[in-house]
Amino acid sequence: MTALTRLTIAEARDGLARGDFTAMELTEAHNRAVEAARGLNAFITETPELAMEQAAASHERIRTGRAGALEGLPLAIKDLFCTEGVLTTAASHILDGFVPPYESTVTANLKKAGAVMVGKTNLDEFAMGSSNMTSHYGGVENPWRKRGDNRPLVPGGSSGGSAAAVAARLGLGATGTDTGGSIRQPAAFCGIVGLKPTYGRCSRWGIVAFASSLDQAGPMTRTVRDAAIMLGAMAGHDPKDSTSAPLPVPDFEKALSGDIRGLKVGIPREYRPEGLAEEIAAVWERGIAWLKDAGAEPVEISLPHTKYALPTYYIVAPAEASSNLARYDGVRYGLRVEGATLDDMYRKTRAAGFGAEVKRRVLIGTYVLSAGYYDAYYAKAQKLRTLIAGDFKTAFESVDVILTPTAPSAAFPLGEKMDDPITMYLNDVFTVPTSLAGLPGISVPAGLNGEGLPLGLQLIGRPFDEETLLRVADVMEKAAEFKALPAGVEA
Amino acid sequence: MSLDKATVRTIANLARIEVRDEELDHLAGELSNILHFVEQLSEVNTDGVEPMTSVAALELPRRADVVSDGNCRERILANAPEADDGFFLVPKVVE
Amino acid sequence: MSYLIQGETGDWEVVIGLEVHAQVISKAKLFSGAATDFGAEPNTQVSPVDAGMPGMLPVINETCVEQAVRTGLGLKAAINLTSVFARKNYFYADLPQGYQISQYEAPIVGEGTILLDLPDGSTRAVGIERLHLEQDAGKSLHDQHPSKSYIDLNRSGVALMEIVSKPDMRSPEEAGAYLKKLRSILRYLGTCDGNMEEGSMRCDCNVSVRPVGEAGYRTRCEIKNVNSVRFVMQAIEYEARRHIDVYEEGGTIQQETRLFDSAKGETRSMRSKEHAHDYRYFPDPDLLPLVLSPDFVANIEASLPELPDEKKERFMRDFALSPYDAGVLVADKATADFFETVARGRDAKMAANWVTGDFFAALNRSGRSIEDPPVTAANLGGLIDLIADNTISGRIAKEVFELMLETGKPPAVIVEEKGLKQVTDTGAIEGVIDTVLAQNADKVAEYKSGKDKLFGFFVGQVMKASQGKANPALVNELLKAKLG
Repeated sequence: MTALTRLTIAEARDGLARGDFTAMELTEAHNRAVEAARGLNAFITETPELAMEQAAASHERIRTGRAGALEGLPLAIKDLFCTEGVLTTAASHILDGFVPPYESTVTANLKKAGAVMVGKTNLDEFAMGSSNMTSHYGGVENPWRKRGDNRPLVPGGSSGGSAAAVAARLGLGATGTDTGGSIRQPAAFCGIVGLKPTYGRCSRWGIVAFASSLDQAGPMTRTVRDAAIMLGAMAGHDPKDSTSAPLPVPDFEKALSGDIRGLKVGIPREYRPEGLAEEIAAVWERGIAWLKDAGAEPVEISLPHTKYALPTYYIVAPAEASSNLARYDGVRYGLRVEGATLDDMYRKTRAAGFGAEVKRRVLIGTYVLSAGYYDAYYAKAQKLRTLIAGDFKTAFESVDVILTPTAPSAAFPLGEKMDDPITMYLNDVFTVPTSLAGLPGISVPAGLNGEGLPLGLQLIGRPFDEETLLRVADVMEKAAEFKALPAGVEA
Repeated sequence: MSLDKATVRTIANLARIEVRDEELDHLAGELSNILHFVEQLSEVNTDGVEPMTSVAALELPRRADVVSDGNCRERILANAPEADDGFFLVPKVVE
Repeated sequence: MSYLIQGETGDWEVVIGLEVHAQVISKAKLFSGAATDFGAEPNTQVSPVDAGMPGMLPVINETCVEQAVRTGLGLKAAINLTSVFARKNYFYADLPQGYQISQYEAPIVGEGTILLDLPDGSTRAVGIERLHLEQDAGKSLHDQHPSKSYIDLNRSGVALMEIVSKPDMRSPEEAGAYLKKLRSILRYLGTCDGNMEEGSMRCDCNVSVRPVGEAGYRTRCEIKNVNSVRFVMQAIEYEARRHIDVYEEGGTIQQETRLFDSAKGETRSMRSKEHAHDYRYFPDPDLLPLVLSPDFVANIEASLPELPDEKKERFMRDFALSPYDAGVLVADKATADFFETVARGRDAKMAANWVTGDFFAALNRSGRSIEDPPVTAANLGGLIDLIADNTISGRIAKEVFELMLETGKPPAVIVEEKGLKQVTDTGAIEGVIDTVLAQNADKVAEYKSGKDKLFGFFVGQVMKASQGKANPALVNELLKAKLG
């Protein structure tokens, strides 16, 4: 049955429809894979029984001709999505024992489409991190290894558990969330596809908030086609989220025409900073060549405020987080550490419940919003955001998509870059500008580096034009012919 | 801007996070580094630039005035660390 | 009328600004679909949004927006077509999200005016600084347990309008008049029920003092959550005196938040608010700016009812009422409506006297409300008609009114049943007069010899003999003729 876990979403969907195997068999295979791969620590909560129940129900719907778009397909869910009746932790000690009495809109949409949930995946605490090392439940191992070096590597973050699970074939796909690169960077590190849709495409309702103006859910899959299928099920207008776009959901899979002739692909010169690793520059050049060969036209563009994106992000995101995380106070759910007074209880609970990175961001966020500093930091950052979004707007007057590397490096060993927060922050240098502008971005595996680790390329699209983005990504994926498998996944 | 220990203590208090005295030095250093990093923004002239209020160029949606939620006390209190008689309980507050 | 407080060092003036939190009349909360009814079982009107559960998001209630705009228009205020919701960040047990969604730099309503109706019939304008929409917090109960506070989130998320006045008031009476007038306007508009006992209208008083003639304002103290007009006036009086005493003893006033202890009639410092606050306001990223179309505002404006000031003007104009009478009658819309029903097509002055006199007294005595009056407006109007067409005299009318209270019967029925109809038959009255004059021949002689004052005596005797039913004007006329 191992082969069942190797299928793509499209293949499994078609196989179920043909009756090649049953939803129970498919889920059973994934449950076993999840159990066998516990060493990766990709899951915080496994839900094998629930998955089997859902699979049985799917089987019935398939049998009676009522199959949804993702009927019977086992997926992993980032443990940032609230799932009714299933522990939801955000990888934080402070949410100890929290069982939501509601289901997030995105996971509810997936359920409605018939998807099966195999478990809740590990992540950086409250999605704050780029290595999955800030999880209260411990780091996640990337299933990939350097050639001839068995040291465990990070899967990236914050959706590290989801990326590792998809790469290791523990789910046909997974949900991620992306605030500054949390879908795209781990996708690149794990050799999979990760799509951050336009802000407003997927509802944020029921997703534990990190930075409200940036957070966006998206699919993590092994192919671009799978991302298109999964996004179609996740997306849609939600009246419960005031920032959800009241737009119809296109048939994203239909957009994969394979034809990108005449499209203009922007190549931003600011994404080639001094000291950019040669292997990254090289894979980017290959990507440009692939798209050119397919009939697209590369155009050099300028996004002049790119270098200010990271500092802007590290004001805006912590500021919003400091406020969003104020609700974790030991009163209504989660951890409580008793104290003599209410304030004492707050201080002790939050000191014990939050990890070091979360505390740093909450404190920075508190500081930049405080009296006397608001204008110099927060207001300034929001002005920079206007400028950064303006750069993209101008660029998209002359190009249809933008191509950049996803991350400045391949996956690094577990425990590295932990001493200095800023070194870690630099992982997101290529993904953060897109987030600040609210644009859709997708990371596609583009090849291996000299050490045998996957590298990703990022495509950025116009707002709500995921169709063009997916069309180009699909063409690039085909050209890249990325067939390599991580360690432990048999060829 | 470098943060001193007193400032770190003040913001930790505003954020209701207990910080031990021996942590203050290290934390002040880390936070100061982050602030130095983000202060690059000061070199950009932003005169006349409107701060972004939302990337979503949408109108704020409004819902009808209909009672559609609530009346679910069990679910609201189910996760409470301490509850009694339909209330959440906290250490006594003196006003 | 200037209100000055005498101190050791001279006269002091008190400077008052009020912040009123008025609960918006709506079925559901400002950002969630939970109900807003008063007095429900604890935590039963709470949605996951109101409980600050992870991942919950606010969506604004359109009716609350309309109510705020309606109130702004009623306060003759500028409506801001673009306003922004901001988070006010602080920790408290009954603030589940750790922030209150409010409006800070860009409120929905800007500057406006309220006209105070003062006891001497004059008016005085008090400026409105702004009105903004915000969420209410939950409720903490501190007396349930020796070491615990009990938290009820039913009120958490209910829409409030915070209405901030300019520091334009100079006496406790003006503050009281401001609250009464504001409450009257809100009730006319139907945007807040103004019930201070149930907490649907709460008042924070900002009080400072200064020596008469000093320019600029001194440090103010804020007295939180005062829950009746009387207490507001008491709290201001106490606080002003306290400031003067501190200054005159050479001390200084610290800006602080205080509580009013209504049992002791004192204000005291609030221990839980000791920390200096830093609310870290910033635009709520879960919401977008609230943009109103001019049409939206125009439609609300077109649907505004006649408000107390306009009604007062009209009453003075149409019914020739004094400013004072008109002010008393329009303060409450139901009263004004009652009066109008009584006065329409009748002698307005007489209607006003009846409503503000016998009727108000009866209303008070009966403990009933104007919505459920002891005498209906139609019946009171009927009574006035009986006086006007000389069916009964004013004196008999008082008697009939009492019987109306007792029996609830229409005045005409009572008059009929009790035979109280005024006698206007000249012959009958002449008969009574003849009898009276015959019985008092000595007095007639005295009158004729010049004791004019006795005329009143004869009138009294005739009325008495007719059991009050004789038409007084006729009695006068006929007596004069008889006595020649």
